[in-house]
Amino acid sequence: MANSKQIKQTISKYGIVFALIGMIIIISIIRPQFLSYGNILNVMTQSSIYGIMALGVTLIIIAKGIDLSLGSMVAFSGLVLASLSQVGGAAGKMYPNLPELPLVLAILATLAVGAFMGSISGFFVAKTHIPAFIATLGMTTIVRGAALIYSGGKPITNLKPSLLALGGNIGIIPVPVIIYAVMILLTWVLLNYTRFGSDAFAIGGNIHAAEVSGVNIAKAQILVFAFGGVMCAVAATVFAGRVQSVHPGAAVGYELTAIAATTIGGTSQSGGIGTVWGAVVGALVLGVLRNGMTLMGIDAYWQQIAEGAIIIGAVVIDMRKHAGKK
Amino acid sequence: MGQSEYLLEMLDITKEFPGVKALKGVTLQIRPHEIHALVGENGAGKSTISKCLMGIYTPTSGKIIFDGEERTNYTIKEAMAFGVSMIHQELSPVRDRSIMSNMFLGREPMTKYGTIDWKKMVEEAKKWLKQVELEVDPRTRMADLSVAQMQMVEIARAISTNAKLIIMDEPTSALTEREVEQLFKIMRKLRSEGTSMVYISHKLDEIYKITDRISVFRDGEYIGTEDSDKLPLDRMIQMMVGREVKDMFPKVQCKIGEPFLEVEDLSHSKFFKNVSFDVRRGEIFGIAGLVGAGRTEVIETIFGILGKSGGVVKLAGKEVNIRNSRDAIKSGMALLTEERRHNGIFPILDIRFNTTVANLQGYINKFGLIDKKKIKEDTDEYIRMIGVKTPSATQLIQYLSGGNQQKVLVARWLLTQPEIIFLDEPTRGIDVGAKSEIHKLIGKLASQGKCVVMISSELPEIMGMSDRIMVMREGEVTGILDNTTNVSQEMLMEYASGVRNDYQ
Ligand SMILES: Nc1ncnc2c1ncn2[C@@H]1O[C@H](COP(=O)(O)OP(=O)(O)OP(=O)(O)O)[C@@H](O)[C@H]1O
Ligand SMILES: [Mg+2]
Repeated sequence: MANSKQIKQTISKYGIVFALIGMIIIISIIRPQFLSYGNILNVMTQSSIYGIMALGVTLIIIAKGIDLSLGSMVAFSGLVLASLSQVGGAAGKMYPNLPELPLVLAILATLAVGAFMGSISGFFVAKTHIPAFIATLGMTTIVRGAALIYSGGKPITNLKPSLLALGGNIGIIPVPVIIYAVMILLTWVLLNYTRFGSDAFAIGGNIHAAEVSGVNIAKAQILVFAFGGVMCAVAATVFAGRVQSVHPGAAVGYELTAIAATTIGGTSQSGGIGTVWGAVVGALVLGVLRNGMTLMGIDAYWQQIAEGAIIIGAVVIDMRKHAGKK
Repeated sequence: MGQSEYLLEMLDITKEFPGVKALKGVTLQIRPHEIHALVGENGAGKSTISKCLMGIYTPTSGKIIFDGEERTNYTIKEAMAFGVSMIHQELSPVRDRSIMSNMFLGREPMTKYGTIDWKKMVEEAKKWLKQVELEVDPRTRMADLSVAQMQMVEIARAISTNAKLIIMDEPTSALTEREVEQLFKIMRKLRSEGTSMVYISHKLDEIYKITDRISVFRDGEYIGTEDSDKLPLDRMIQMMVGREVKDMFPKVQCKIGEPFLEVEDLSHSKFFKNVSFDVRRGEIFGIAGLVGAGRTEVIETIFGILGKSGGVVKLAGKEVNIRNSRDAIKSGMALLTEERRHNGIFPILDIRFNTTVANLQGYINKFGLIDKKKIKEDTDEYIRMIGVKTPSATQLIQYLSGGNQQKVLVARWLLTQPEIIFLDEPTRGIDVGAKSEIHKLIGKLASQGKCVVMISSELPEIMGMSDRIMVMREGEVTGILDNTTNVSQEMLMEYASGVRNDYQ
């Protein structure tokens, strides 16, 4: 008796994991090549860019925020990275007189740019109390505009081999997957083992109680959005390595995929609830779905419809778990 | 169908939550025209059975007969339609909407065009607010009311449904004597008009004043039902707790030391002016007064949540500038707030988080990471010490009974090891046994040389615990009294209502 109840609880708690396993089983029955080693790594590589973005937005949503400007931030920080990492002497170089920078410095500068952009949204949320939805909606077009101005509307190409290596493999393991794994670990520690993460939960859980309990709300909000920006910069680094050039119109709509991944993973839009593993599983669900549908030869337009249906379905199931009668 | 003696019969009701058996086959039988007390310790299942009746929960098993008909599997709306209404223990008003919108939420009066009839709503709301003698415009925003006023709105809402049975789940925990009297007047009137009421309260003196019969629950079990005038107090407590509770106010005389907190001419542009007092080490300093006297606001200003418009706060002789709660916590202050749900608990987070959130700095190890193991140990120790009833420390706090939530909040602030602790209605909604435990803890803090500032609307508590009592009225101090045997409830009421004033 008690046992069957426990099983029920486990299924409801890890429902999305079971859904993922179910999807994998069904797809690999129809298309056995899905389970090939190469394809699995392929799915993970493809998931890594919005997966990394999903980590950032998970924290933001836990703190009862949202960030719609993630895609624009990926484009802008990607352009910054690309402009600082062009091959010496290439034609059409953005900074012809720039001495060759070590890649590490270029990446650090990119991360700083990401943190700065995120903290602008955070600043407006914290200090003016406008809804995050509005603040980041504004930032979406501002940052996209800045990207167009910065690049003159043209893609930046001729990237250094060391940057391109980040889109490649070490041995058989794709570097994007390694970067993704490191970011997962980092976010997990930050969320569960630091004041930063605890403050995010406190703000999302009850902002008034957080205030009385001594949480520095403005600081925490700015930091959370800055973290979202940093994750965009990391995603941009992977993006530049894989695509081998950055276009000012890149990554449009990526924020929606990232938010969807987070949401599928059980992070609640009403704040205070969310996990890192949920965001990872959510990203994998979308990755497996896209890959599987492509393998099965499903039309790309129909794929979008299926994806939307899955997102809504996942949230409906999740809501019932949290707010059922009884 | 034969005419039953009872308006409501709830028979052999069981209710299980994951990991918790909240009700284990309880019975509740309510006659027409009666005020029926339901008493029991925190977590006994009083709110749970109320919610079962109201259609908020569906009982796992059992039988509900209301008005001669068996009722199964119904919704809140259906319960309201067959004549049940409820005053909820935990207020959750829509703070940004008006009083009337809150009162008529989900049952707004309609015009014949199917739009909301605002004019009728104002009239109706006015009528019911008048019944509870709340003199405010029904269009006032909920957020602009005090807790007591919100409670009166909730009462007005419940009676406005013309129910046959009204469940009142701790309606008076946020009220002072005057409003309690008002409520009792309404209840007597309702009873004479044929309404029955279930009255849940931890204030046992009230039980005898207003109720006809008493049912006692303990740990989800039904203990018994007696006529109120045939059940002596000590017997009732014994039924509730299963043992005798002595010494409600275990006040030990502590050595009173130097003044630690000194407040001089503290003013707030809206709520109070020129408040001066000091609190000494080892002292329990009570603050009494009617609702709206500005007591909560004074301590929230000292704690940096509200901004002062003038005056000085000193700690250990040194002036301090406290701009927010972080400054306050850093300088050794703790504040247990009055509105548990609004700015106390983090409902969707677990007991561990709720217990340790204000003391997080104390759990950060040398690597800058949170020491989860220590959090687990400390939480376990405190919930055992304070006696929080829960299956585990990872339970979400929203699933605890109201009184147990309050105990977790007490633990939260004890953990910060404060030098001075402000307690705003610390035992609101807490049962007799736990109350005496919390009083013991307060006494222990004082005996360690800490300062305790306690606001309470329960005069026996103020008089039983305090060394000195400050009384406030309409934002001003009317007296600071040594709590000797000369001090009586009447005297405090005279200060609170302005008949006496030492500062004129
Ligand atoms: N939704 C829920 N999920 C899990 N457990 C619950 C839930 N609601 C109540 N409980 C548990 O059921 C028991 C009874 O709770 P209930 O709120 O009815 O107590 P109560 O008698 O009203 O106490 P109090 O005087 O503190 O208000 C408690 O142990 C509580 O933790
Ligand atoms: Mg209760």
